[in-house]
Amino acid sequence: MANTVHIDVVSAEASIFSGEAEFVVAPAVAGEVGIYPNHAPMITSIKPGALRIQLADAAEEVVIFISSGLLEVQPGMITVLADTAIRGHDLDEAKAKAAKEAAMEAMKNRTSDMDYAKAQAELSEAMAQIQAIERLRKKTH
Amino acid sequence: MAGSKEIRTKIKSVENTRKITKAMEMVAASKMRKAQDRMRASRPYAEKIRNVAAHLSFANSEYKHPFLIKRDVVKNVGLIVLSSDKGLCGGLNTNVLRMSINQMKTWETEGKKIAVTAIGNKGFSFMNRMSADVKSHVIGLGDVPHMETLIGAIKVMLDAYTSGEIDQVYICYTKFINTMKQEPTMEMLLPLSGEKLGSPNGSWDYIYEPDAVLVIDQLMTRYTESLVYNAVAENMASEQSSRMVAMKSASDNAKEVIADLKLVYNKARQAAITKEISEIVGGAAAVS
Repeated sequence: MANTVHIDVVSAEASIFSGEAEFVVAPAVAGEVGIYPNHAPMITSIKPGALRIQLADAAEEVVIFISSGLLEVQPGMITVLADTAIRGHDLDEAKAKAAKEAAMEAMKNRTSDMDYAKAQAELSEAMAQIQAIERLRKKTH
Repeated sequence: MAGSKEIRTKIKSVENTRKITKAMEMVAASKMRKAQDRMRASRPYAEKIRNVAAHLSFANSEYKHPFLIKRDVVKNVGLIVLSSDKGLCGGLNTNVLRMSINQMKTWETEGKKIAVTAIGNKGFSFMNRMSADVKSHVIGLGDVPHMETLIGAIKVMLDAYTSGEIDQVYICYTKFINTMKQEPTMEMLLPLSGEKLGSPNGSWDYIYEPDAVLVIDQLMTRYTESLVYNAVAENMASEQSSRMVAMKSASDNAKEVIADLKLVYNKARQAAITKEISEIVGGAAAVS
C-alpha cells in the first residue's frame, strides 16, 4: 500500500465522505493544517472553511465545505466530525436562552394547555362510550 | 325495512374510516423507511465520536471533563423525555411516559428533585399536566430530526449539569428493535459511563490545538448531543413503524366491522322480504 491515510468526514445527520488520501488540508482554528500520512495523534477544532483532500488515485483534489467541528488525526486515520448546524458560543447561548424562555412561557400558559388536554381526554372518553354502545347494539341484533 | 338505511350509512362511514386508516398506514410505511435510513445515517458519526471520546477519557490528560466525573451524592436528577408530536401511533408514547412517571415517582420518594426536558408534543403536554418542572422543550420536530432545533433544549440540561444544579441526566425514549418491536428505554446520559465508551488500544495522548480544555469541552458537548440526536432519530423510526402497525390493525378491524354489518344488513333485508311474502300469501288465503 502506498503512503496513504484513511479519511472519514461525518456529520451527525449523514456520512459525507470516506476514502484514501495522500494529503489533507483542514481549516483548524489556529490556522490551516496540512496532514500527511503517519501524522502524530492530534485533535483540534476546526472553523468554517474548505477541507481539501488529495486522493490517492486521482489527480485533482476533493473540496468539501464544512461549517465547523472537530478534527482527529491518528497515524493511519483522519476523522472529521463536522457540525450540521452553524455553531458558536454566543449562538448556542442564545438558543439555550430561547429554549428556557419558551419553557417558562409554557409554564405560565399551563392552564390553556390543561384545558386542551382535558377536552381531549373527555372527547376520547365520549368516543369510547359511543363505541361501547355500538358494540352492545350489534350484539342485540 | 326498518333500520336498513341506518345500517347502510354505518357501513359507508366505516368504509370511509378504513380508507383513511389504510392511507395512513401506507404513509407511515414510506416514512418509516426514510426514518430508518436516517437512523442508520447518524450511526457513523456516533461511532467515530465515541471512539474519540474513549481515547480522550483514558488518555493521559491532566484535565478531566465534568461530564466524566461521577458525583457521590445525587440530589437532583434531569430527565430528557422523547415522544412523538402526533398521536395515533399505538402505545408508543404511553409506554415511554409510563416508564418516565414511574421512575420519577421512585426518585421523588428518594427525595430527589427532578428537572425535565421534553422533546415532542405528547411528552411535553403530559409533563405539563403532571406539573413536572419542565426546564426546556422542543415540539414540532417534523419528520426529519435536525441538530439545530435540538441544541438549545439540550444545552439547558447540560448547563444545569455543569453548574451543579443537577447531578445526573437520564434519557427516556423508544428504542427501535425492528418494525414489529419497539421498546421504551431509560438510559443514563450524564455522567458518561466509561464502560459505554470502551477502552482504547494503547496509552498515548493527543496533541491538542489550540488547547486541551477547549477541545475536550467541545468534544464532550458534541458527543452528548449526538447521543440525544441518535435517540431522537431512533424514536422517530419507532414512531413511524408503531403507527404503521396501529393503522394496519385499525384497517383490519374496520374490515371485520364492515363484514359484520353487511351480515346484519342482509339478515334485515331477508327478514323484510320473508315478512312481505308471508303477508301476501296470508292475504291471498283470506280472499280465496
